[in-house]
Amino acid sequence: MNNIILEARNINKDFYDPVTFRVLTDVSFSINKGDFVSLTGKSGCGKSTLLYILSTMDSDFEGELLIDNEPVSNKKEAQLAQIRNEKIGFVFQFHYLLNEFSVIKNVMLPGLKLNKYEEKEVEHRAMEKLTMLGIGHLALKKAHQVSGGEKQRIAIARALINDPYIIMGDEPTGNLDKKNSELVYDIFKKLSDEYNQTLLIVTHDQHFAERTHRIIEMEDGKIIH
Amino acid sequence: MNYKLIGTIATSMLLARWKQTFVAAVGVTFGIAMFITLLSFMTGLNDLLDGLILNRTPHIRLYNEIKPNIHQPISNTAAYKHSYNFIQSVKSSNSRSEIYNSANIMQTLGKDERVIGFAPKITAQVFFNDVSISITGVVNGIDVASESNLFHFNDYIIAGSAMDISRVPNSIILGKGLADKLLTNVGDVIQVTTAMGERFPLKVVGYLQSGLQDFDKTQSYASILTAQKLLGKPSNYITDIQIKLKDINTAPLLAKEYAGLFQLDAEDIQTANSQFETGSFVRTLISYSVGITLLIVAGFGIYNILNMMIYEKMDSIAILKATGFSGRDVKLIFLLIALSIGFFGGLFGLFFGYILSAIIDQISFNTAALPTIKTYPINYNPVFYLIGSTFSLITTYLSGWFPAQKASKIDPVIIIRGK
Repeated sequence: MNNIILEARNINKDFYDPVTFRVLTDVSFSINKGDFVSLTGKSGCGKSTLLYILSTMDSDFEGELLIDNEPVSNKKEAQLAQIRNEKIGFVFQFHYLLNEFSVIKNVMLPGLKLNKYEEKEVEHRAMEKLTMLGIGHLALKKAHQVSGGEKQRIAIARALINDPYIIMGDEPTGNLDKKNSELVYDIFKKLSDEYNQTLLIVTHDQHFAERTHRIIEMEDGKIIH
Repeated sequence: MNYKLIGTIATSMLLARWKQTFVAAVGVTFGIAMFITLLSFMTGLNDLLDGLILNRTPHIRLYNEIKPNIHQPISNTAAYKHSYNFIQSVKSSNSRSEIYNSANIMQTLGKDERVIGFAPKITAQVFFNDVSISITGVVNGIDVASESNLFHFNDYIIAGSAMDISRVPNSIILGKGLADKLLTNVGDVIQVTTAMGERFPLKVVGYLQSGLQDFDKTQSYASILTAQKLLGKPSNYITDIQIKLKDINTAPLLAKEYAGLFQLDAEDIQTANSQFETGSFVRTLISYSVGITLLIVAGFGIYNILNMMIYEKMDSIAILKATGFSGRDVKLIFLLIALSIGFFGGLFGLFFGYILSAIIDQISFNTAALPTIKTYPINYNPVFYLIGSTFSLITTYLSGWFPAQKASKIDPVIIIRGK
């Protein structure tokens, strides 16, 4: 049985401003179900750019991208949004919670958008995820009332709400202190070990990368390892 | 499409920054309120000025003009009937100023659906005698009921009661200027000499102030019956029929029609008061240009506020898109935000506009020209409220649409990377 969740085939990407500049050259790799992968490399090597392409948020590239064995090129913007909603969970460097909403509502939003479960059920599931990450007691607080480390964990809970095929992180520990970084790593580790969750994390934290199953190293827009 | 979710998100975004929302809504409210107030006030004043003329001027006046008879005897002579005849020193014939067959004409007018009503009238030239002096003046014989109905005769009576001239026999209402000259009080009896030289005592039952001083110095009003007695004429004697139409714009056309039909002279209001037409048009033009300018200025204010509001929410847009909301969802959210601001801002705008107009309506405004007007006039025309509410919705929709469109198109990566 084909276990590949995400596959990139010969991905090329250019930046045009101010001069044409190739950021990604011929990037090909695949991620299997249950993999805990870190994507590392120096600043400017194109790892974030690659992640945004893989997450379908950046659709301006050449090559082929398959998520769950389905090519995503040529899909419409609304379909891509649907894929992101259903199959991909995202964790950013800067938390990006919506300050207008309570913690639990932030977690619930992608679930409500998916509209697969009733609102009560989504709320119940959101609470489950928060409790799992040890922040159940924050559920009713406003997003701006919690600390940075807590925000990142809330963001992870939000990424999990729709049981995505893959969770992608763009330097999720980049803005956190050591203690919180460890906490976030432990959560990813637990997700990977206990729930067999597929994870793709961009990081330049060597200590973090070393402890994942697999490291993809990039340099000057190419995968070197 | 999950509209409930979109609605929830829009509501939360509105309420989370309620101060900003409030300021945006106040911007709309202010614009709409000012528009309503100004237009109500300006058109109110306009209508007042129009009313000065329109209220007391018949749309069509039927009468017999003093002019040379168009049927000169020579035209009826068989020998010259088909010739072109030149006649020198033709004189106007003043044989009869009365309207023939007035009862039939009035019956026909009563059946005409284009006519609101009509009021018969007699004009009699007289001298008012006061011991040693005699003042020339005019006694207008009127039908008080229809005159009040159609031409607001009641509104100009400043002492006594209009109905008294029909109730009290041989009574008269004097123009204020005339009454001052004759030094009479209500209840006094004055002496009037008709053009035929007959003296006639009349009882003063009231004063009238029309707003035109010269007019008030010569004019007086009596019932038709009194005027007929004054002139020694029978009860079917009438010199004028004043007609009020449903549509004032048809006056010139109908005047021609009636002139032909009744063999009378007919003068329409547009011809009689052409300077009024121009004045009224210019005033309306001014009101509307001010109103439209106000709306445009308010529109740009609304656009600015909404634009800023949406650009401030770029982070939220990025995160919504990253978690699976499509461009269309984002656009809907912001359109909903914009429209809510437009709706509630507009609603309060209408409300405050009404309140402000009502306040202006209470400010006292006394003018000699209009004895019945005590406060500034306001035109509570529902059309202004309709324009105001429609405009607030359309402007907020448009000013929400442009930034929302941009937000829906933007790649979330651009925003996230820009951090």
